[in-house]
Amino acid sequence: MRALRKRLAPSKIARSDPAPSRLAYRLQRLSLTPSFHRFLRLGLPLIAVLGATAWLGSKPELRAEVQARAMDLQAYVQQRPEFTVHMLAVEGASPELINDVREVLPVAFPISSFDLDLDALRAVIAELDAVADVSLRVQAGGVLEASIVERTPALVWQTRTALILLDAEGHRVAPIEARAAHAQLPLVVGPGAKDAVPEALRLLQVAQPVAGRLVALQRIGERRWDVVLTDGQRILLPEDAPVRALARAMAVDGAQELLARDVAALDMRLTERPTLRLRPAAVEALWTMRKVTLDEEAR
Amino acid sequence: MKDFCAAQRAMRNIRKAAMQRGVVAVLDIGTWKVACLILRFDGPDLSAEPDGIGAMAGQAQFRVIGAASTCSRGVRFGEIDGMAEAERAIRTALQSAQKMAQQRVDHVIVCFSGAEPRSYGLTGEVEVSDEAVSEQDIACVLAACEMPEFGEAREILHAQPVNFALDHRSGLIDPRGQIGNRLATDLHVLTIEQTAVQNLLYAIKRCDLELAGLASSAYVSGVSALVEDERELGAACIDFGAGTTGISIFLKKHMIYADTVRLGGDHITSDISKGLPVPHAFAERIKTMYGGVVATGVDDREMIEITSETGDWEHDRRTVSRAELIGIIRPRVEEILEEVRDRLLAAGFDQLPSQQIVLTGGGSQLQGLDGLATRILGPQIRVGRPLRVRGLPQAATGPDFSSAIGLCLHAAHPQDEWWDFEMPLERYPARSLKRAFRWVKDNW
Repeated sequence: MRALRKRLAPSKIARSDPAPSRLAYRLQRLSLTPSFHRFLRLGLPLIAVLGATAWLGSKPELRAEVQARAMDLQAYVQQRPEFTVHMLAVEGASPELINDVREVLPVAFPISSFDLDLDALRAVIAELDAVADVSLRVQAGGVLEASIVERTPALVWQTRTALILLDAEGHRVAPIEARAAHAQLPLVVGPGAKDAVPEALRLLQVAQPVAGRLVALQRIGERRWDVVLTDGQRILLPEDAPVRALARAMAVDGAQELLARDVAALDMRLTERPTLRLRPAAVEALWTMRKVTLDEEAR
Repeated sequence: MKDFCAAQRAMRNIRKAAMQRGVVAVLDIGTWKVACLILRFDGPDLSAEPDGIGAMAGQAQFRVIGAASTCSRGVRFGEIDGMAEAERAIRTALQSAQKMAQQRVDHVIVCFSGAEPRSYGLTGEVEVSDEAVSEQDIACVLAACEMPEFGEAREILHAQPVNFALDHRSGLIDPRGQIGNRLATDLHVLTIEQTAVQNLLYAIKRCDLELAGLASSAYVSGVSALVEDERELGAACIDFGAGTTGISIFLKKHMIYADTVRLGGDHITSDISKGLPVPHAFAERIKTMYGGVVATGVDDREMIEITSETGDWEHDRRTVSRAELIGIIRPRVEEILEEVRDRLLAAGFDQLPSQQIVLTGGGSQLQGLDGLATRILGPQIRVGRPLRVRGLPQAATGPDFSSAIGLCLHAAHPQDEWWDFEMPLERYPARSLKRAFRWVKDNW
């Protein structure tokens, strides 16, 4: 007779052993070990990364390949339009200075912002005479912006060959063609005048009472100043404390109108003995006056 | 004996290391099941009173974080019978307990019921060296106990001082610091067969574990199933296992006697299996579902279907009344209980002030067992469940887990044993002392 119930295969009847094999038991114990967990989390990735790096580094052609790919990727990113700089914008400068900056800047637009060496460019712009301070930055929209603080001219310096504008610290600002274009600026003359500009400016301040007659300040022998007035009158100032000496001269002039007389030069070089140099006509007149006086006495 | 002391000391040190690490496993290797509990020690219980017992009878300092039990294999009469099979059973239990605990354990405390334990009561007496009794005196008096001949290939499992007497004042628990002249002690020594211990050690070692302690399961089930008063006044704990029935007698909170009867629940099952020819597994099933020891009129009418798959229709559809089943079970249970009664009588249990008997273990779940035991053993009988400990799953709170739980308590608060005291100085070999003196004389 056919069996009424479906019989299971003998292999299925035999129950599987619930006991873990020795390997499974040890593996489970290992997996419950905290130090093993730490190793899995930190040690294994570290070893993998180090091993992969060492393997790559040991093959020159692979290394070259990796380097080339890296360069390509870098170039691709740098050439993106988001990083391109199209134009230069200069702020806070006169039109001539803007032209100078454009001429002097060694940059051909468009250029990737990764290729701009802003420090070097800044140094180039800062070398211009008229630039006191400059800051460079790349702004959104691909604009290289240069904010310039210009030097303000305080003096005109006349040398043998040229007329040069100087700022209050004695720094060159720009050469000029004609004095007339900057008539309001005082004139200094002579070699070495550039190095004593602050002193000259103080002298000019003290010389306000004779400002209408002032022609120039002349540097003599690169060590002391002469104040040159109209009619060739001069005030010779000492090397030490010229400002005080000029102030004394101004005081004397204010009291006795000394410079309005026929005087060729007022020599203040020796502090304790100011000396007047008269013009020939005045000397004649002096002699004449003295003679008259002597004659009267003789009589 | 000294070697075994050294081994026990080493186990104590391992146990200390395990406590330091905070995790230890307890393993109850029985004939029917291998139970594994993983304990986590959280340090001393801060909520406890400084001199009181504290919450949970002082057991609040540990928590069970993993529990598993598996069908035992390769174990007969509580002894390892097939090494590979037993090792697999231990591995199974330990692995699932570790999985539940999510923690690896390396230290294990083991109890087992077999290996023919024998109890010895020893006495020792010494003069107190100083005015007051010091720890050194206790070590001396323990060492002064005269060791009887244990027999070939037996080792000491427990050696617990149970009583101290100081100049006719007996019943001292802790004589340290008390003033007297003569100190006497009673020492309870439990010896077991050496080969069984060696097999067990080998099985544990093959599971990559370190043994942190050994205990007799008769003792530890008494620790968990007896309440404080019973242990104080005198009680016996009968642990009905599958392969063996353990007996331990407690008095004044100390175990004073332990023994095993090599009969148990498995014998009942095999009786059923032979009596109504059925497979062993089926016999176990009907024993647990319908078993009992007292037949009533209803049991004649309650029929149990015995199905099998031999193909013989008549044989496959037999029925048996519950009374018949009880008729098979009862003689065997009576035999076990009579054997237990004989052992208790031999131990002088009837001399104790209180003769409480607590039945525990898996076999104690048999219906009507307490009634039958009352007739045979004595009037004061109760079925004891183990103490409740923190974190124990519901499935492991039955009386069949009383030895595993007792082992937890024993692991947390081990009883002072002989080897916990320093070996007295005169016990050291005199030669090595002489050599040490000579070394000092030569070098200084």
